Amino acid sequence: MSEKKTPVLEVKDLKVTFGTKKQKFTAVNGVSFTIYEGETFGLVGESGSGKTTIGRSIIRINPTSGGEILYKGQKINGPIPKELDRELTRRIQMIFQDPMASLNERAKVDYIVSEGLYNCRRCQSEAQRREEVDRALTDVGLLPEFASRFPHEFSGGQRQRIGIARALIMQPDFIIADEPISALDVSIRAQVLNLLSQLQKKRGLTYLFIAHDLSVVRFISDRIAVIHKGVLVELAETERLFAHPLHPYTRALLSAIPLPDPAAEKNKQLLVYDPEMHDYSVNQPIWSEIEPGHFVLANEPELAEYRKILEE
Amino acid sequence: MEQEIILSVKDLEVKFNLRGRILHAIRGISLDLYKRESLAIVGESGSGKSVLVKTFMGLLDANGTITNGEIRYDGKDLSKLKTEKEWLAVRGKEIAMVLQDPMTSLNPLKTIGYQICEAIELHQGLKGAEAKAAAVSILEDVGIPDAEHRIHQYPHEFSGGMRQRVVIAIAVACRPKILICDEPTTALDVTIQAQILKLLKDLKEKYDLTTIYITHDLGVVANVADRIAVMYAGDIVEIGKCEEVFYNPRHPYTWALLSSLPQLGVKGENLYSIKGAPPNLFTHIEGDAFAPRNPRALKIDFVKRPPYFDVSPTHKARTWLLDPRAPKVDPPEIIQNLRREVSGNV
Repeated sequence: MSEKKTPVLEVKDLKVTFGTKKQKFTAVNGVSFTIYEGETFGLVGESGSGKTTIGRSIIRINPTSGGEILYKGQKINGPIPKELDRELTRRIQMIFQDPMASLNERAKVDYIVSEGLYNCRRCQSEAQRREEVDRALTDVGLLPEFASRFPHEFSGGQRQRIGIARALIMQPDFIIADEPISALDVSIRAQVLNLLSQLQKKRGLTYLFIAHDLSVVRFISDRIAVIHKGVLVELAETERLFAHPLHPYTRALLSAIPLPDPAAEKNKQLLVYDPEMHDYSVNQPIWSEIEPGHFVLANEPELAEYRKILEE
Repeated sequence: MEQEIILSVKDLEVKFNLRGRILHAIRGISLDLYKRESLAIVGESGSGKSVLVKTFMGLLDANGTITNGEIRYDGKDLSKLKTEKEWLAVRGKEIAMVLQDPMTSLNPLKTIGYQICEAIELHQGLKGAEAKAAAVSILEDVGIPDAEHRIHQYPHEFSGGMRQRVVIAIAVACRPKILICDEPTTALDVTIQAQILKLLKDLKEKYDLTTIYITHDLGVVANVADRIAVMYAGDIVEIGKCEEVFYNPRHPYTWALLSSLPQLGVKGENLYSIKGAPPNLFTHIEGDAFAPRNPRALKIDFVKRPPYFDVSPTHKARTWLLDPRAPKVDPPEIIQNLRREVSGNV
């Protein structure tokens, strides 16, 4: 990767809780990571692990209850000035999981795509707005004529492209893609993944890619963070993580990836993660960098063990 | 080895009437299902895989009809059954189904126990305490701990994976011969997915089931299937043993499907993707339905529909490429060494 990396987004000791007092539930607890410019950062975990909550607190949908989120060095969680809020709405955009549910059924594509423009008053004239919409649609591989149609006239893959066009028209630098291809067919997944990486190259976008399917995340991400029950357990460069998974949860996840190979698949050993396997009664686990760029959540005896594995 | 055929489909055609337009959803499928095997049906959405299995259970929508062919099961022709009453003798009791989404396939207003007992009382004739005991034992079979207590709980008290276990429990409660799993793990996490697949395999052994999986995830297929049928545009284009289809695929569509797997992608390069869109099933399809999207289509592919060519006694594909007169076309390189790619990567 590049030598000088500029951080775009820094998350420091983020904590998100829902409910109050007795009902209190901590969805995200002490999560820290940094996303650098132009990279794709994969966030993997099972449902309920808090990965979407992190994405939502970055675009300021979920209020945070502790920690900091810095966007290009500026604090963006908690109370911020109105201008900054508006600026961030433009800079950070999101692509949603289910293209069937995330588009307004009663609005035409033209309106869906340009809604952001209306809200941010970025266009001076109607002609200019039309031009922008046409360009966004062409960028995602749709025809400008589609602007006058309704979402139900499109297939799943095309709808997801509309969702991407809607994010692109704001000219963002940072896109949060929340399981963008989980609801799509295999053949269409490939198209959407290709589109995402082309756009990244062309516009220098930075992605936060949230998913539960490690095989997809591996293909698209430069670095991967694994989250379990609101706590990051491991973070490393993609190939590093696949070559040397350290935390038992990461290993369980990797062992569960379905392989398109009958021989390997029928003989594979499934690992099951049981949080009770850690003995944290004496030593509390800490988030530590075990080798450059490779972080893992472990206590002292475990760290020693992991180091041994790495040396081998 | 001669295997006993449990269900046999011949020249099945299904048409849907959509506001006066005719949609040709299944275009002449013949398929034999062997006893105790597990068959996976793979294909894109809209390829007709769900419609095909729905005909086995009489669950076609009101505007769909079987216009040709027969479905032989246990000496009966299922395609001739008309009334709900006739179907009830088959549905659930002989052939049962597990649906995709465990969040929507359970009734949120009834306890889990009620929903399982309902099936048991209907199909096994047990009553009251007996039915309840049977329900508890089935719940234990599908790996739900503390079944005695959980039977009184409602679906919302269960997690996604647990709910899918309950759905499976209801399906096997009726002791069916054939279990159809329609995308059983699509809505679940990878770790849970692996557990559910293992459960389904264990149950298959325990209850002597014949299973049909419908899925678009080739990883799942590799795990569970003995045989694979690849469907495209309402037709089976290739069918064979699991290893044959993965290691020696013959139909260009199977090639394309395998090539677009993200597991085979090289980072920084484009993933292979199939150009174009599936054909419009409202219109009559000339020749090979996949030809317009196939960069290596032959001329004849556009004119005449290919018959099945046998690759081996258990493996056949519907493509002109297997005709002795056809030019030699090799499958794409990326899938030729599928085995090495996959095992080398993970």
